[in-house]
Amino acid sequence: MNINLIFQIGGIGLLVAILHTVLKQAGKQEQAELVTLAGVVVVLWMVIQAISQLFQLVRATFQLY
Amino acid sequence: MTILQIFAVALLGLLLSVLLRRERPEMAVLLSIGLGVVVLAALLRQIGSLLDLITGLVARAQLDLRYAGSLTRIIGIAYLTEFGAQVCRDAGEGNLAGKVELAGKISILVLAVPIVLAVLETLLRLLPA
Repeated sequence: MNINLIFQIGGIGLLVAILHTVLKQAGKQEQAELVTLAGVVVVLWMVIQAISQLFQLVRATFQLY
Repeated sequence: MTILQIFAVALLGLLLSVLLRRERPEMAVLLSIGLGVVVLAALLRQIGSLLDLITGLVARAQLDLRYAGSLTRIIGIAYLTEFGAQVCRDAGEGNLAGKVELAGKISILVLAVPIVLAVLETLLRLLPA
């Protein structure tokens, strides 16, 4: 049970939302978009790793293929 | 992994998801996927012991173990399909969820063909020639 993953995703999401707002207020629209993109990519990377672990586990448990 | 822990984790994920959905909807989707993965991974050990129980029962009943194997595979495919379809539906892609479910049904049908054939052959043997 890896609850840290949830905390990490939530934390990164909040951080990215705040950074996006601040950068937009500062008039740096492009950097705000870049920060958002980077955050999504990082979180996607973590989620994909978790999904891959889950698939390995499912494959071992149910003897799939 | 008790039901209380799962409930607590789901509540936590729900709060974070509601917090994120307004500002960053894509993050909320990723969060819900991560939550599903975490809960499912936590449940897999219990599912594994249940499957061991089923396999033991099949062995004691002296049934063909091949059929028990495809039974576990079918259960696994059903769980995975459900997970994938729910993730798609959560992100608002009902169309994609339907396709995932269709794929799961087809895979299960393909795996069930040997069992159906065995039943049919048994029936044919029972019938007078």
